[in-house]
Amino acid sequence: MNFDFTEEEKKFRQEVEDFTKEELPPDWNEKALYWPAGYGTLPILEEEFKDLYDRLLLKLGQKGWLNLGWPKEYGGQNSMIKHAIADDVMSYYRIPGGDVSTAICGPTIAIVASKEMKQEWLPRIARGKVRMWLGYSEPNAGSDLAALKTRAEDDGDGHYIINGQKIWSSGAHIADYGWVLAKTDPNAPKHAGATLLLVDNTTPGVTIRPLENICGIHSFNEVFFDDVRVPKCNVVGEINHGFYYVMIALQYERLFVGIGAFRRVLEELIEYVGNTWHNGQPLAKDPLVRHKLAEMAIEIEVLNGFYWRTVWMMDQGLIPELESSVLKLFGTELGRTLASTAMEILGLYGHLVRGSKWAPMMGRISLGYMDSVSGPIGAGTSEVQRGIIATRGLGLPRK
Amino acid sequence: MDFYLSQEQNLLKDSAHNFLAKECPKQLVRIMEASETGFSRELWQKMAELGWQGLVIPEEFGGSGGTFLDLVVLLEEMGYYICPGPFFSTIILGCLPIISAGSDELKRAFLPKIAQGDLIISMAITEQSASFTASSIKVSAQPDNKDYLINGMKLFVLDAHIADYLLCIARTNEEKQPEKGLSIFVVEAKCPGIKQTPLKTLAGDKQSEIVFENVRVRNNDILGDLDQGWPIVHDTVQKASVALCAQMIGGAQAVIDMSLEYAKQRTQFNHPIGSFQAIQHFFADMWTYINGSRYLTYKAAWKISQGISAGLEISMAKVYVGRTYRRVTTLGHQIFGGIGFTKEHDLHLYHKRSIIGDTSLGDSDYHKQLIAGELGL
Repeated sequence: MNFDFTEEEKKFRQEVEDFTKEELPPDWNEKALYWPAGYGTLPILEEEFKDLYDRLLLKLGQKGWLNLGWPKEYGGQNSMIKHAIADDVMSYYRIPGGDVSTAICGPTIAIVASKEMKQEWLPRIARGKVRMWLGYSEPNAGSDLAALKTRAEDDGDGHYIINGQKIWSSGAHIADYGWVLAKTDPNAPKHAGATLLLVDNTTPGVTIRPLENICGIHSFNEVFFDDVRVPKCNVVGEINHGFYYVMIALQYERLFVGIGAFRRVLEELIEYVGNTWHNGQPLAKDPLVRHKLAEMAIEIEVLNGFYWRTVWMMDQGLIPELESSVLKLFGTELGRTLASTAMEILGLYGHLVRGSKWAPMMGRISLGYMDSVSGPIGAGTSEVQRGIIATRGLGLPRK
Repeated sequence: MDFYLSQEQNLLKDSAHNFLAKECPKQLVRIMEASETGFSRELWQKMAELGWQGLVIPEEFGGSGGTFLDLVVLLEEMGYYICPGPFFSTIILGCLPIISAGSDELKRAFLPKIAQGDLIISMAITEQSASFTASSIKVSAQPDNKDYLINGMKLFVLDAHIADYLLCIARTNEEKQPEKGLSIFVVEAKCPGIKQTPLKTLAGDKQSEIVFENVRVRNNDILGDLDQGWPIVHDTVQKASVALCAQMIGGAQAVIDMSLEYAKQRTQFNHPIGSFQAIQHFFADMWTYINGSRYLTYKAAWKISQGISAGLEISMAKVYVGRTYRRVTTLGHQIFGGIGFTKEHDLHLYHKRSIIGDTSLGDSDYHKQLIAGELGL
């Protein structure tokens, strides 16, 4: 066993650290609101930061840091641990080190797509030139994704025609392409007959309608497809294998817990209780406050265990199906616990939001408290994850 | 990073698992709980033949020179089978401080015998205050010519009833700060002036009250230096905490394994109860707690083996693993229902050890205070 990083990995961490500090605007700390393992405050989903993040992605692409975890034959380094280190550092600065396209779709394409699709898409994604959104959920297909209704029909002329609706489509409004799951064989059993397609947002018939989340941020959307023509070359992998590919993509998506942002919040809380006086002493001397923060430090360390173990398994060629579900479950639940704990420590000051001169930590805690609702719901609810762990991981019967 | 055990560690783990499955059935655990000694000489000797007592003893003193991490691998398996006997007291509380701080003479006298299973030792730390702070040590050792006379009472002393020697922490200097006036005496457990009384315990583990009345020890019976005993005790308690965590993880793993087997075959409403989401979600949480525990414990053990300071990780592990063991046995009880509430079923054996483990060697409030200190609060 070895719980340390190699010298090369440590050097790489420092490089990413230096790069991030250099690239982020001086007022970034005031602007960035990201709450760890939340889906509603990710700066990469906000219109306001689109230009900044587009530019950052290009620079990351130049450095070769967007495809660190991909196989070497597609320009990657086959090192998920480096990918994870980059995300650890950058999420500490509240800016994830990749896009849906680079961290979720890219590595999935590298595994499942045709040679032609890999050649066409992977270099562009790796250079940070393509941004994507995930088109899975529908109004009546949430946890029961297999109930999806969106159809893609072969028009016999080299295209699929898509009709239907997606919802909770995070970042569809700032992305270029949808990674869309649609039913291609309505007669197939429930978990077959769906296909993944890359849909250009500018195709006629695509309508993106904003949804404002409870943080007051436009992070997700409804997306409507009306006779949207998608060329057959945009089909990912094989027809009717979509569900299988989504399962692979989800393992990458579940790494998105903002591991560094947890550490950041804990550091800020420690600083806050050290500087905040109550009843003639700093809050840091109050045993109840000390115990709350000790609890958070323990839970964050456990999360690190699940994170680095999952990443390590990927590098070993093992499939972390159970582990990635545990990571997602534990991380998003911890996002909520951390927010609750922080609000308890803030007391009345937690009532104040950004813009109030009295709001501690620039109002990030009260906003995070709202955002932390999203983590255990999105990308497979906590209940769905527990089901996966119990049945696929521990072999419990489904019936 | 590398989350794999080494080949040798895997061998050790497998052989311990197989050995204990055969040699340490629950029937034996129950007999030991009810017996006065709680100790099977036969099992103890077989363990010595396998080299367990000598695992971390340096080769020059008759052991195999393994690391603390190796020991943790073994302890997890012992916890799985809740193996009775004085292994924890002798090896963790007795042998580790002798290895790290004992004189050459003491090592030569004690370590080969420990490795062969011929010597049982324990450490007498806690008193009536049941606390692990230096200031709580009131037992005193007063100089008397070239000797010392120990007076006072120790409580919760593990396996003292069968110990050959006790490492007794006593105050040798009242003037200095609490941490700087303590010494460790190597005391013959049956020497005149020592009165040992067994305590009645929840899990039938063997703890004692020890009263010292003018117990005479020589000044070269001090482990380490005069007045300098506390860092050794602290180091031992830290390692013991991790060792206990390893045993608790093993116990929790046994509970989830038992419960899984049961949930797959127990039928209600015409379906195995393991098909019900409420039960499945218990298992998902149990798995999560156990493997989170494993990470904290093995990371702490790895740091100790590497000689890296691990105070933060040790306390984190102690809090989290203790809670895990309790949560897992409680969920196990929920899964087993009525049968798990019977004496004939094995689950209560684990349930008792979970609360005992959680509150031993510094409870979670104590360790959370240490963590807060490590965080700079």
